[in-house]
Amino acid sequence: MTAPDPTATDPGTQADLRLHVDAPVDAPVDAPVDALAEAGRGAGVFDAHHPPSDELISDCVHCGFCLPTCPTYALWGEEMDSPRGRIYLMKLGKEGAVEMDDTYAQHFDACLGCMACVTACPSGVQYDQLIEAVRPQLERNHRRGLADRLFRGLVFALFPYPSRLRVTAVLGELYRRLGLRGLAHRTGAVRLLPRRLQAVEALMPPAKLRHLATRTPAVTPAVGTVRRRVGFLTGCVQRVFFADVNQATVRVLTAEGCEVVAPPTQRCCGALSEHAGREPEALDRARALIDAFAEAEVETIVANVAGCGSTLKEYGRMLRDDAAYAEKAAAFSAKVRDVSELLAELGPVAPRHPIEARVAYHDACHLGHAQGVRSQPREVLGTIPGLQVTDIPEAEICCGSAGIYNLVNPEPAEELGRRKVEHVLSVAPDALATANPGCLLQIRRYWPGDLPMFHPVELLDASIRGVDPVTARGGRGRPSLDARTAEPGTF
Amino acid sequence: MTAYTEEYRGLVAWTGGGEVTTAFRREVAALVGEGGLISEPAQLRTYECDGLTGYRVVPALVVLPATTEEAAAVVRLCARDRIPFVARGAGTGLSGGALPVADGVVIGLARMRSVLSVDVADQRAVVQPGVTNAGISAAVAQHDLYFAPDPSSQVVCTIGGNVAENSGGAHCLKYGFTTNHVLALTFVTPDGDVVTLGGDAPDQVGPDLRAVVLGSEGTLGIVTEVTVRLLRRPEAVRTLVADFPDAEAAGNAVSDIVAAGIVPAAVEMLDELAIQACEKAVQAGYTLGCQAALVVELDGVAVEVDEEFAQVQAICRRNGTTNLRVADDAQERARIWKGRKAAFAAMGRISPDYFVQDGVIPRTKLGSTLTRIREMSDAAGLRVANVFHAGDGNLHPLVLYNGAVAGEAERAEHLATAIVELCVEQGGSITGEHGVGSDKACSMTAMFGPDDLTVMARVRAAFDPQGICNPGKVLPTPRLCGERPGPYRPHPLEAAGLIERM
Repeated sequence: MTAPDPTATDPGTQADLRLHVDAPVDAPVDAPVDALAEAGRGAGVFDAHHPPSDELISDCVHCGFCLPTCPTYALWGEEMDSPRGRIYLMKLGKEGAVEMDDTYAQHFDACLGCMACVTACPSGVQYDQLIEAVRPQLERNHRRGLADRLFRGLVFALFPYPSRLRVTAVLGELYRRLGLRGLAHRTGAVRLLPRRLQAVEALMPPAKLRHLATRTPAVTPAVGTVRRRVGFLTGCVQRVFFADVNQATVRVLTAEGCEVVAPPTQRCCGALSEHAGREPEALDRARALIDAFAEAEVETIVANVAGCGSTLKEYGRMLRDDAAYAEKAAAFSAKVRDVSELLAELGPVAPRHPIEARVAYHDACHLGHAQGVRSQPREVLGTIPGLQVTDIPEAEICCGSAGIYNLVNPEPAEELGRRKVEHVLSVAPDALATANPGCLLQIRRYWPGDLPMFHPVELLDASIRGVDPVTARGGRGRPSLDARTAEPGTF
Repeated sequence: MTAYTEEYRGLVAWTGGGEVTTAFRREVAALVGEGGLISEPAQLRTYECDGLTGYRVVPALVVLPATTEEAAAVVRLCARDRIPFVARGAGTGLSGGALPVADGVVIGLARMRSVLSVDVADQRAVVQPGVTNAGISAAVAQHDLYFAPDPSSQVVCTIGGNVAENSGGAHCLKYGFTTNHVLALTFVTPDGDVVTLGGDAPDQVGPDLRAVVLGSEGTLGIVTEVTVRLLRRPEAVRTLVADFPDAEAAGNAVSDIVAAGIVPAAVEMLDELAIQACEKAVQAGYTLGCQAALVVELDGVAVEVDEEFAQVQAICRRNGTTNLRVADDAQERARIWKGRKAAFAAMGRISPDYFVQDGVIPRTKLGSTLTRIREMSDAAGLRVANVFHAGDGNLHPLVLYNGAVAGEAERAEHLATAIVELCVEQGGSITGEHGVGSDKACSMTAMFGPDDLTVMARVRAAFDPQGICNPGKVLPTPRLCGERPGPYRPHPLEAAGLIERM
């Protein structure tokens, strides 16, 4: 193990940590509670700002029930890349028995944050809270390599900004339409890019130029009697690349009697930052979003992106130290619902038309594992006559998208993506439905051929409007199993 | 009287071995690739214990072979340099069977997890040791077949570990243990030879070495392929939960069921504390406050199952059941089992720490033994939850304690040991299915005399004359265990700070 370069991080913090590496775990009860003393009182490699809690760590009894649902354990079979192994590393970190070096950091970076282990754990270990405590610690106290820092900087300078994404989308369309993409792939030039940039290139979805100009109206009235006034989070990637999903969401909500308020001032919710441990950035975004919805006077705040929705529900915890926002954040989180949660709660009123198709439903990790929303999307899809909804084998394992994971860790993400595609193929669906744009892009990247993919709310919208979405998207041309060997990303 | 013969002492004595040097590491890397090698100190620490976290030893090296040939080649290097090695599956064992040896090698089989072949007509499958127990059943479910042994940790524990421990499970009352469902093994001997033990036919000519290896807890060699027997799914399965006012009444119901000539697929009992923990963890619908709940499952031919199921219900009523819950469909049955199978891990919901104990008593002594355990629990001032396979008398008392309270861990350990000794006293055994491992090696003398142990040591030495294959497990080391079993003393390694108990 190489010792971290002492000049690499903030010298104050570093000197302090080095001093206290061997500090005893048990502190005298009457020790002063200032931050530095706290770091020395057994936080080990972690600083005093919300280190992973000893209580949460000790909930883990090392039974191993988490192993089979952990994507990285499924790939590598290594203890330190399993949930209980990572918790073990946290414990060692707190004891100061290890150093926060590249080896240590890599195992937390490798975690997709899918929370499948939280679902699987019989002891109720809150791994979600543990990993979300560790990531900011790494961001503060571990210096990544230059290339890694630059790439992460690029990702976070682009994705949370719809305006920048729109420009990128236009450039992407030019790249595609001028035949440059085909050329780059035919000549193999694309393979000269670093793996991570290749991942960006491959995942960038085709944008419909007319969608780029689309904006969700600030207020859309309900059809018929108003059953509820709801706020709507339009998302970043969602509003640029999946504007049609947002339109469908608004149509369905209004058809079901909701007045939909989408404050035009809303910006990124901070989910990507939060999941990557960029805490100050995430908190700023959370505060800004709470402010954006402050005047909306809505009963419920609806998200149609699993990753965003799960973070909105966490605002209360994230802002617990902020005297000015703690209460507002908790109240905000209490109002948040995934769109399928709200629709299931309201119950259908708009008449549906049949859709004769077999749809595989993929549980997005941040909907199923993180929010526990599993039955509602199925229930909502079940209101569509003729629609057959099937589950996918090994549903609990992440598809490898996981926020920015498929950009920063392209290799394991690819293995997981292909694995997921195998399982989707095995149920031979006419279409796939999932409530997260990241999953859609990831599965589409490795899908051999063209599978119509939908957000559940799009199917509902089509059913209410009486159009056949599957045929409209060139469906029913089910790829044969031989197509598995076809090159991905050629649609 | 001493517990050990001179011959035994000679056979189990460790006279020192080689070291994991840089050159050795390079040789191993040449065999399995750098990716198959774990040697960073922080990473090695994550392998320092299995499901029994009280014992911890950091290995010098972890190797993850991908094939039988790689595993055998690594073993040959260990044998050449006399470096001790320990095989490890998913690390879920509860007796410290996969506890590493200091300065030794851990051979992890987590990457050998393919189902190599399925023979539907002959109801056999050949699998690698890292396939999970439930994974076998999942792989053959489409043919309406399954693998019968079902330890509670079946979603994660591997078949390699099941073979090592000869694992049971709720349904072994009717279907037997792992040994009854394994036809053949590909086996790496402690000097690195690859041999086949057993064969496709259910009966082999000559001594049954396959059976010797089954349950030897990794002390005779490493299993790298397993040919398992598959069963056809039964035509009918019926499951009920019967609540009883006390364990005595529940125990009598079990005896009556067996006396009526019924062989249930499973009979499980949970007591009040266990129910409380399960309900907190998975909300499986058990009655909170119930003193003793029996889970009874029957399977087989539909007409027979229906008739016997009615009989079982009548027997439960006769013994004073306060509530009968019959599972109407597969989902309801799955819920009942989910509660039962999550029981150990769910203890974390009602207690910060606990010891899982594993002992066997004659079924007829269930009621009286449970009463004794309650008296002992009261005397020690510690709570004891009971979850067990009532049909075959395999008890799993869980001694709950708080490690943060000074002295409580020691008291809990004394109580756990006393409960196992009570089992032996009642005519039972120190372990039903969790194995002896590191945890109970020193208790072996409570059950076996000097000659018994000497014979076991001879068998072991016949396979492993150098004593490098999972040393220190199962057979007590006289120097470490003291001459007689007795109350807890610090293990010398513990006193030296090399291992610690939690």
